[in-house]
Amino acid sequence: MIRWLVAAIGFCIAATPVLAADPIEVGIGYLGRAGVKPKLSLVELPAENDGLAGARLAIEDNNTTGKFLNQHFTLQEVRLRDNEDVAKAATTLAERTGFIIADLPADDLLKAADALRDRGTLLFNAGAIDDRLREQDCRANVIHVAPTRSMLADALAQYLVWKQWKRWLFVVGSHDQDKLFADALRRAATRFGAKIVQERIFEDTGGARRTDSGVTLIQRQMPVFTQQAPAYDVLVAADESEVFASYLPYRTWDPRPVAGSAGLVPTSWHAAQDQWGAIQIQNRFVKLNSRHMTALDMQAWTAARMIGEAASRTKSGNPKAVSAFLRGPDFSIAAFKGRRLTLRDWNLQLRQPILLVDGRMVVSVSPQEGFLHQVSELDTLGADRPETKCKLQ
Amino acid sequence: MKEDGLRMWRHCLLSGMAVWLATVAPASAFIAYVSNEKSNTVTVIDTSNWTVTKTIKVGQRPRGIEFTRDGKFVFVAVGDDDSIQVIDVAKQEVVDTLPSGPDPELFALDAEGKILYVANENDNTVTIIDVEKRARLGEIQVGVEPEGMAISPDGKFLINTSETTNMAHFIDTTTRQIVANVLVDARPRFAEFKRDNSEVWISSEIGGTVSIVDPVKREVTKKITFEIPGLRSEAIQPVGIGMTKDGKIAFVALGPANRIAVVDATSHKVIKYLLVGQRVWHMAFTPDEKYLMVTNGVSNDVSVIDVAAQKVIKTIQVGELPWGITIAQP
Repeated sequence: MIRWLVAAIGFCIAATPVLAADPIEVGIGYLGRAGVKPKLSLVELPAENDGLAGARLAIEDNNTTGKFLNQHFTLQEVRLRDNEDVAKAATTLAERTGFIIADLPADDLLKAADALRDRGTLLFNAGAIDDRLREQDCRANVIHVAPTRSMLADALAQYLVWKQWKRWLFVVGSHDQDKLFADALRRAATRFGAKIVQERIFEDTGGARRTDSGVTLIQRQMPVFTQQAPAYDVLVAADESEVFASYLPYRTWDPRPVAGSAGLVPTSWHAAQDQWGAIQIQNRFVKLNSRHMTALDMQAWTAARMIGEAASRTKSGNPKAVSAFLRGPDFSIAAFKGRRLTLRDWNLQLRQPILLVDGRMVVSVSPQEGFLHQVSELDTLGADRPETKCKLQ
Repeated sequence: MKEDGLRMWRHCLLSGMAVWLATVAPASAFIAYVSNEKSNTVTVIDTSNWTVTKTIKVGQRPRGIEFTRDGKFVFVAVGDDDSIQVIDVAKQEVVDTLPSGPDPELFALDAEGKILYVANENDNTVTIIDVEKRARLGEIQVGVEPEGMAISPDGKFLINTSETTNMAHFIDTTTRQIVANVLVDARPRFAEFKRDNSEVWISSEIGGTVSIVDPVKREVTKKITFEIPGLRSEAIQPVGIGMTKDGKIAFVALGPANRIAVVDATSHKVIKYLLVGQRVWHMAFTPDEKYLMVTNGVSNDVSVIDVAAQKVIKTIQVGELPWGITIAQP
């Protein structure tokens, strides 16, 4: 009798979605720090809703699809102030949503991931490019949509080597994240056969990024800073802190191109990207947000679309089902980069082509032709399976 | 006697000419129109000698292209001008414009050639146009980035694929309502019915597959996958599909894999791969089905395939980024 009852209940549950009038509700949280990162160029100052705007567009796209599948997606935004506890905020948000898109610095992301470990909440890292989050500090409940520093560095190095600009004058900022990007670029140079002919440190001695007669001073400083270099093809700058790199193009002592943190820059997305149907998402984004789409917007869009895609394939909004689908062999996502994006199963990093942009145009897209790989050419970018230090748990 | 002899001689000559014409003249004297997405032109090709006879200036970003049923006009969707232009085949120039809705890409004409269904990529809609009155009859809300369009052989259903929603929407052409949505693999680009209405094939560019959908049950019954030695699976991106009228052989353009897959349309098995130009996109048969012409976007040319021999026999240079193609009687 009981067995019959269980079977009957099971049948009713299985049959419900067909009859259900109420849509499956899928809540997605967005957790980021308030405040705007400094930039040397005024036109590159991020908007307050940088990232979030991309997630919003993906929610619209998911809902257009969802109306055919009786699924409804919502976005809940939480912005942390300076001293606010990230673990607490993440836990509160996780009470309302099974998925959280995070735009957090590395340490904050780890705190949030560890606080949510036993809840089954799935985190999507949309903002942090630190390799360690995918290597020694990897977490089983974090999917990385943002590319890593080493993916960005490899993408640039492949192009410079293809271009036969193999002799690099290397200029590194004095902050920690500049050094991390420099490490990634050094590794890339070794991997792909470029040579760093000399390395210079640009000390950040403080000072304002905006002044009234700054240009005059910069024009005197930069040629002097770059003179007496050994013969080189390209100046590669590592300046994530936005202290000096954007001052270098057109001001080097020798007439040489600049790449890295200024000049030719590797990035996951740019407002000028119009290939592979991208014009459609660019148009949708501008229409919704009245501004151009940034890399962070695209990373957040992709994260929310991954959730939408998994929900439509599994016909479920359950984080466990979504997570299993995303980790499984059937997952791939289209994100206007000319090929399908998949997850590296050893560290949950999204494989993706990297754009090389000059600020106005997409110059090239890596991986470059001829850089081969036995599994996926996208795995020529960043740390590959044999090198991984990640043990997912 | 003299006159008789002359008549006989003339008769002989004429019948001889006819024999000569039948053996030497190509069996397929048709005319092909190719849209060149980047050069904003349409190339006209004479298939009797595979030469370009004319290049017609059109609006911004021409893509979807189709002859009208009477063969007198060619419609070409010029997406960045938000319209569909009408080329007069006799004059070989643009003579009119249809109100298509924003960013038209692909479209489908009904059997009588009176109603045009247009996929508007920017708007998540399908626009319905009365061709004669040049008037919009209505719009249907579909998924994100509508693209592929096909009408069932009985005219009852319109299939529209939406690229980011990853669905084939079945639209009832009488009520203009969506009656079913079939999930397929990522970025569905093109839909093609078998003439007997037993199957509709949907290509998924990013997913790398062609889904076979049962139009009655409205579910995926099979998926065709493609494997080419030496090529990573990510490079295999199915887009255009062409099927012979008897439903026996299908051709699938594999985009950046630079190949056309020849598929046994009954068993759904790939028979062979034909190497064509770079980024092969869409295709059209000559009306006698002896030849298939395919557009190669990156190499700026059109490959001609001998359908019976399953061989590439010719390459013709056209404009920049050739995209769509349509062929009719001259």
